[in-house]
Amino acid sequence: MRAERGVMLDALYGTLIAPFAEFDFMRRALIGSIALSLGAGPVGVFMMLRRMSLFGDAMAHAILPGAAIGFLVSGLSLGAMTLGGLAAGILVVLLAGLVTRNTALKEDASLAAFYLISLAAGVTIVSLKGSNIDLLHVLFGSILALDDLALILLAGITTCTLLTLAVIYRPLILECVDPAYLQSVSRAGGPTHLVFLILVVLILVGGFSALGTLLAVGILMLPAATSRFWARELDGMIVAATLTAILSSVIGLIVSYHSGLPTGPVIILSTGCLYALSLLFGPQGGLVSRLVPHVHLEA
Amino acid sequence: MQLRSTFPEPRSGIRDPEPARLPLDPGPPAASGEVAKFIRGLLIAILLLGLSITPGAAAEKLKAVASFSILADLVKEVGGNHVDVTAIVGPDGDAHVFQPSPQDAKAVADANIVVINGLGLEGWMARLIQSSGTKAPVVVASKGVRPLQGEGEDKGKADPHAWQSIANAKIYVGNIRDGLISADPADKADYEANAKAYLGKLDQLEAQVKAAIASIPPKNRKIITTHDAFGYFGRAYGMAFIAPQGVSTETEPSAKDVAKIIRQIKAQRVPAVFLENISDDRLMQQIARESGAKVGDKLYSDALSKPGAGADTYIAMMQNNIAAFTKALRE
Repeated sequence: MRAERGVMLDALYGTLIAPFAEFDFMRRALIGSIALSLGAGPVGVFMMLRRMSLFGDAMAHAILPGAAIGFLVSGLSLGAMTLGGLAAGILVVLLAGLVTRNTALKEDASLAAFYLISLAAGVTIVSLKGSNIDLLHVLFGSILALDDLALILLAGITTCTLLTLAVIYRPLILECVDPAYLQSVSRAGGPTHLVFLILVVLILVGGFSALGTLLAVGILMLPAATSRFWARELDGMIVAATLTAILSSVIGLIVSYHSGLPTGPVIILSTGCLYALSLLFGPQGGLVSRLVPHVHLEA
Repeated sequence: MQLRSTFPEPRSGIRDPEPARLPLDPGPPAASGEVAKFIRGLLIAILLLGLSITPGAAAEKLKAVASFSILADLVKEVGGNHVDVTAIVGPDGDAHVFQPSPQDAKAVADANIVVINGLGLEGWMARLIQSSGTKAPVVVASKGVRPLQGEGEDKGKADPHAWQSIANAKIYVGNIRDGLISADPADKADYEANAKAYLGKLDQLEAQVKAAIASIPPKNRKIITTHDAFGYFGRAYGMAFIAPQGVSTETEPSAKDVAKIIRQIKAQRVPAVFLENISDDRLMQQIARESGAKVGDKLYSDALSKPGAGADTYIAMMQNNIAAFTKALRE
C-alpha cells in the first residue's frame, strides 16, 4: 500500500513537477505565461464587456507598419520593432477612438478602417526594403524561447496594467456599463476609454513579441469568455478569468512537454477545453444549469 | 535659360528651327508649340532608339532568371559576360516561403532562360512560370542529383538543399552550362570554358573543406543548427547536424522537442550550436544557454549574404561556413 503510494507520487512528480525542475526553458515559459495571465485576465474581461473580443486579431495586423519602420531604421532588432509596433498600435487605436467619439461611425467600423490602412501601409513599407523576410514571423516570439528581456517585458507590462487598472477601475466600469451616465456626471469617460485602449495595445504588443499572436490573443479572450459562466459580478469574473488563464498555461505546457504537440496552440486548446466545460456546466448560464430548473437560488 | 538638346537628333527629319525651351521657362507664348515639337521629336528619337536595339538581340545579353541567390551566383559564374542574371529571392531571403510580386512575374516573362533548384524547394516557382506565360526553357539545376530524404516530420519528401555538397554543386554547374548552351548556342565555347574554370575552383574548394573537417577531432564533428539544410554537407564530409525543428522553417516547436534537444546536447556533448541567417534565433539562444553549448558564428545555408557581408558568392558562403565550423569545433 505504501509502496503503491510511492509509485503514484513518483509518477505525479514525473508528470507535473519534473519538467519544470529539469528545464530552465519550462520554468521561463511558466513564469512568462503566469505574468501575462495576471494582466490578461482583467483586461480580457473588460474587453469582452466592451465587445472588443475581435480587437486582438485586428491589432496583430495593425502593428505591421511600426514594426517595418523599426526594421528599416535598425535592422532585425526586436527592441526597435516592438517599439515601432507599439507606436503604430497606439496610433491606430487613438485615431479610431477619435473617429468613434466624434463621428457617426461605430467603434468596430472605425477600427477596421484604420487597421486595414495600417496593414496595407505596413506591407508596402516592408516591400520597400526589397527583402522578403516575414517581419511578423521574426517579431512574434515563442513561449519556449523567453529570454530575460522578454520576461522583464511581460512582467513590466503586467505591473503597469494592474496599476493603471487600479486607478481607472471605477470610471472604466461605468464607461462599460453606462457611458451616458458617466458623461453626465464627469468628463473622465474619454480619457478612461483611451487609457484603456492603450493598455490593451500594450498587453497585446508585449504578448505578441514575447509569445506570438495566437497565444497573446487567446489568453486574453478565451479565459474572459470562460469566466462569464462562473461569476455574475465583475470582480468574480476577473478572478475566474485569471485563474483560467494560469491553469490552462500550466496544463498546456505539461501536455506539450509529454505529447510533443506545439506549445502555444496546446495552451490555447486547453483554454478552449475549459471554455467548453464551462459552457456546459458553468453555474452562471451554463447549458446544464439552464436545463435544470432552479430550486434554491431564488429567495 | 535655354536647353540645348543633348539627345541624338531625331532621324525622322523633324527639326526644331530654334532650340527648345523648358516647359517652365517663361518664354514668349509661341514657345509652347516649340516645346510640343521638341517633346514629339524626343519621343520619336526614343522610339527609333528602341527599335534599333530590339532586333539586334543576338548581340544582346541572355536574360536569365534564377529562383534564389545561390543559383543566381552559379549562373553568373557560368554565363560570364554573356548573361544578365536576376534572382527572384534575393540575398538573405527565404526561398521556402515567398510571395512573388508582379515585378517577379515580369522578370520571368522577359527571361530567355529560367533556372530553378527543383527537389520541391520553390513550390511557388512553377505557378510563377505558368502565370507569367514565359516561353523560356526551364533548367532544373538539381537534375541528376541523388536526393536525400528529409528527416523527422518531412520523411518521404526529398531534402532540397542539395547545393550544400560541392559534388552536387558541380552537377548544378553542368546543368546550367548545358541549359545556357542550348539557349544561346553561339557562345558555346565561352560557356564551356567558364564552366571548366569554375569547376576547377569548386575542386579546390572541396579540397579546402575536406582539409578543414580533417582538422576537427572526430568526436567533435557534430553541430546543432536551426534548420537542417546541411544534410548533404553532413553526408558528403562526415559531420552530424542535429536540428531542433523540421526541414522547413514553418513548423512550431513543442516543449518535448526542445527538451529532447537539450538532453541530447548534454548527453552527446555536442560542442556548438549555430544560428542561421533567416530564422528567429531566440529559441536557439535559449537552447544554448541551457545546455552549455557554444554559440557558433553565423552560417549561410539557403541564401547568400548581401554583397560585401562575407558570403556573397557560393564559394564565399562555403568558406564562411567551414571557417565557422572549425572555429567552434577545433579545441
